[in-house]
Amino acid sequence: MNQTDQAVYTDTVVRQFSIMAVVWGVVGMLVGVVIASQLAWPELNFGISWLTYGRLRPLHTNAVIFAFGGSALFATSYYVVQRTCHTALFLPKLAAVTFWGWQLVILAAAISLPLGYTQGKEYAELEWPIDILIAVVWVSYAIVFFGTLGIRKVKHIYVANWFFGAFIIAVALLHIVNSAAIPAGWMKSYSAYAGAQDAMIQWWYGHNAVGFFLTAGFLGMMYYFIPKQVERPVYSYRLSIVHFWALIFTYMWAGPHHLHYTALPDWTQSLGMVFSLVLLAPSWGGMINGIMTLSGAWHKLRDDPVLRFLIVSLSFYGMSTFEGPMMAIKTVNALSHYTDWTVGHVHSGALGWVGLVSMGCLYFLVPKLFSQKKMYSVPAIELHFWLATIGIVLYIAAMWIAGVMQGLMWRAINEDGTLTYTFVESVKATYPFYVIRFAGGLLYLAGMLIMLWNVIKTALQGEAPLVSIPAPAHA
Amino acid sequence: MDSLYLLIPLSVLLVLAILVGLWWAVDRGQFEDLEHEAERILRDD
Repeated sequence: MNQTDQAVYTDTVVRQFSIMAVVWGVVGMLVGVVIASQLAWPELNFGISWLTYGRLRPLHTNAVIFAFGGSALFATSYYVVQRTCHTALFLPKLAAVTFWGWQLVILAAAISLPLGYTQGKEYAELEWPIDILIAVVWVSYAIVFFGTLGIRKVKHIYVANWFFGAFIIAVALLHIVNSAAIPAGWMKSYSAYAGAQDAMIQWWYGHNAVGFFLTAGFLGMMYYFIPKQVERPVYSYRLSIVHFWALIFTYMWAGPHHLHYTALPDWTQSLGMVFSLVLLAPSWGGMINGIMTLSGAWHKLRDDPVLRFLIVSLSFYGMSTFEGPMMAIKTVNALSHYTDWTVGHVHSGALGWVGLVSMGCLYFLVPKLFSQKKMYSVPAIELHFWLATIGIVLYIAAMWIAGVMQGLMWRAINEDGTLTYTFVESVKATYPFYVIRFAGGLLYLAGMLIMLWNVIKTALQGEAPLVSIPAPAHA
Repeated sequence: MDSLYLLIPLSVLLVLAILVGLWWAVDRGQFEDLEHEAERILRDD
């Protein structure tokens, strides 16, 4: 034991968020499987108001995005910023506040959403008192994260931190602007905006929730954990910087593609479409950079299931960031809008990119956080990988077929100009695909349950280490 | 379209803020010696 007062990393909050990420992942995915089953078999709400699809759906989206995804982002960003800056967290007590505050937000969501309290805005359903709590937690998060960068012992700010930083700032901006509302009771409010303006602001928020929360944040994760797992530097550090700036600039403009052929002005729709297409380039820059980091080390994929999670996540990321721009083209959107193709696209990004990259990063992180060399069971990681991948493929294939079928049925016209199909006929035709999607989701959930088991076993057999902060090689 | 009177100046300010950030980064040497920076994280812990 050396004599100097060796500083240690603030890893308690990382441990807490890592465990809760897996727990909330199971919860959020379970709710997802429940609502998927309800779409096939509606009687599964048992006539109980707080089990109805309309109330459980936002519980699912909020749980998987903010509880699961959010906890994973908090855990990894707090871990990465410390390791790359060679310093403990700035204001560790405030970091603890972000953990407990975030859990309180999740609890408030879990109670209020099934009870029917909603602002009716997608991914922003939580009522105004909870919105205020989110803002408080988020500002605290920004102070901790940027404060840590401010006290760094290494001059260079590693690229992952740029992605995390952009994610934190953008989400603050998005949340505050879109959640602006006039309270009309403790759990009731009216949006500060109306009509087409409200729709535009909502989908500026909604798409940037995807672009900054679900993309920039997780790219930050990817840029640290893939090099660490492969033991090779990022393929092109230069590219990582260039595509970062291009990505954060372009994403801001893509929102209107959610509102094609609505009352939104044509010029706004076209703007959204063009920038969505441009977005393909910086997105693929990130994908290529991550995958090519394996240059000279492809053989590691054979034996390392953690690496497989990380690389396959990038494949799905590439797929989704190609599919998205295609769907943002107005003529394509005329077919896909309001169909299950959109749902398929969302889930290839969510299950394929966000889910798998989170799992890969957590499988790297958890052993380290409990003084273990590896997870309790590596074969279980392998099993999880296959369950997850097969689940994803079933899910998205079912939704693609359903979606295109729906789009074609809705636009089919008889010779006399009347509609060929009634809406309910398209619902009936969708039924088998809802069943397949339910099966895919069930597999994905099963994989997550195996992960929870593995994480608990690893934590129980290990102990929380005090990790000394090494001096940087040369600052 | 009145909101544009607010939104356009706000966007210009945002772009200026981004450019300031970019200039700060270049000025502080954030983009020097990129190969070593990429490898640095592998040498930690």
